Amino acid sequence: MNTPIPHAATTVIVGAGPAGIRAAQTLLAHGLRPCLVDEGLRGGGQIYRRQPENFKRSAKALYGFEAAKARAVHATLDQLRADIDYRPETLVWNAEARVLDTLCNGRAGQIPFKHLLVATGATDRILPVPGWTLPGVYSLGAAQIALKFQGCSIGQRVVLAGSGPLLYLVAYQYAKAGASVAAVLDSSPFSAQTRALPALLGQPATLAKGIYYRSWLTAHGIAVHQGAHLQEVEGQRRVSGVTWQQGGQRKSLACDAVAFAHALRSETQLADLLGCEFTWSGLNRAWLPSRDGAGRSSVEGVYLAGDGAGIMGADAAELAGELAALTLLSDIGQRIDRARSVELQRQLEAIQRFRQGLETAFPFPEDWAAKAPDTLMVCRCEEVSAGDIRQTVAEGHWEINRVKAMCRVGMGRCQGRMCGLAATEIVAHASGRDIASVGRLRGQAPIKPIPFGVEAEQ
Amino acid sequence: MALLRRLAERDRPALGFTLDGQPASGLLGDTLLTAVLTAEDSLRGSDFSGEPRAGFCLMGACQDCWVKLGDGRRVRACSTLLEADVCVNREPGRRL
Repeated sequence: MNTPIPHAATTVIVGAGPAGIRAAQTLLAHGLRPCLVDEGLRGGGQIYRRQPENFKRSAKALYGFEAAKARAVHATLDQLRADIDYRPETLVWNAEARVLDTLCNGRAGQIPFKHLLVATGATDRILPVPGWTLPGVYSLGAAQIALKFQGCSIGQRVVLAGSGPLLYLVAYQYAKAGASVAAVLDSSPFSAQTRALPALLGQPATLAKGIYYRSWLTAHGIAVHQGAHLQEVEGQRRVSGVTWQQGGQRKSLACDAVAFAHALRSETQLADLLGCEFTWSGLNRAWLPSRDGAGRSSVEGVYLAGDGAGIMGADAAELAGELAALTLLSDIGQRIDRARSVELQRQLEAIQRFRQGLETAFPFPEDWAAKAPDTLMVCRCEEVSAGDIRQTVAEGHWEINRVKAMCRVGMGRCQGRMCGLAATEIVAHASGRDIASVGRLRGQAPIKPIPFGVEAEQ
Repeated sequence: MALLRRLAERDRPALGFTLDGQPASGLLGDTLLTAVLTAEDSLRGSDFSGEPRAGFCLMGACQDCWVKLGDGRRVRACSTLLEADVCVNREPGRRL
């Protein structure tokens, strides 16, 4: 047993997105006053990120069909904040021995905890292409944030590429806001989407939105190319165009901005530092912190909810946040509504089936690594190329952390958030191993850069 | 030349700041990234090639939008709001 830490009686939630906010609400309703720590300015996570206070656009303009859900999540946080210990703009950069290390406004602090709910969310899943570091190239999530949070388009003439539901949503939001969308390049073929229909019909409302965005784009004359693989972003000091491969043909288009991603990847560093066990998820093509159906991790007192423990989307995050909070309450001997807990698990299972359908509709391009040229810069922090990684594999290394030690891929400031999965794909392909057997990049504190010699909180 | 294009929320008070020693202007509620990239097309040079970079993820993950402030602090331009009279310096990066 660890030595007991004084005052370690706090229940802490990391992340104020849909999962963290619903968890905080549930804990408070049962008499606990949680501490809600969030790196963001005003809560809501990335999906329901709020614009700065002096902006005037309506929730409808910002979140479209999701406006009511976004408003409800924000209203819940606004109601809670006086009664909980809400700490926005606070980075959690380390976790060990029942203490979180934080950084807020340049000052270091510590938050002891007894129970912890990790709701760290996701970032875009990136498969780099030559030219992806040019000014004017962003992730799809970034393109959406530029519009939602700042009222800006990433360029004058924008190409959106990759795959996943976000591709069509961002294209629709951009066109609707008056941006010029030159083309949408979806790497998944139309046939995949037809094949996925039976599973997608399980969530008809979500399916209907997807179909609506797609037909709206066509009706408004925006070119949507399916089975189109972004091959290169061209430009000298900024983007001047894109080329893509479609049905054996090479096509190109002039543009000054590109946003791309292949769905999302979970932010798992904190769970890793907490010592959570990880299991391979074929669906996410990633190692994820293990959790039981009720939201418990493998570490006593640590709970997981939302996209940080596997990509399931914002609706699932709200349900999983509430569920994990109920489980936590039940584990500490509080009376909870068991029927509600069972109902939440049932709804999450239904979304999980839909999620499998999405994976069929927008399949991961498994041949990406085989096609990546040696000159492709995979790691944008340390400028490590696909050829550098293949050279390391040729020297006999195949475990991703060894490869990182040898050629520095994933060792830069982003700690592999942007390049880690791409590097893993290249190592697996070059070594002829199964993607799961290559391993996962270990989390290292500080999980994001912090200034040297930060002052301690008074 | 500008990278980002303002589509909405243009009716906000202007905030003057200094960019690489020259007078510049943004709007109240802009991040440093928005304030710089609605006028210019890069934020920093890479540490290995000196090639221009202008951020990538806009959610505090990629660490490719760092700029240096007048007080010596390095901050992520995507998650730092513009304040009046702030001095923003773009670092040219290095070539190996």
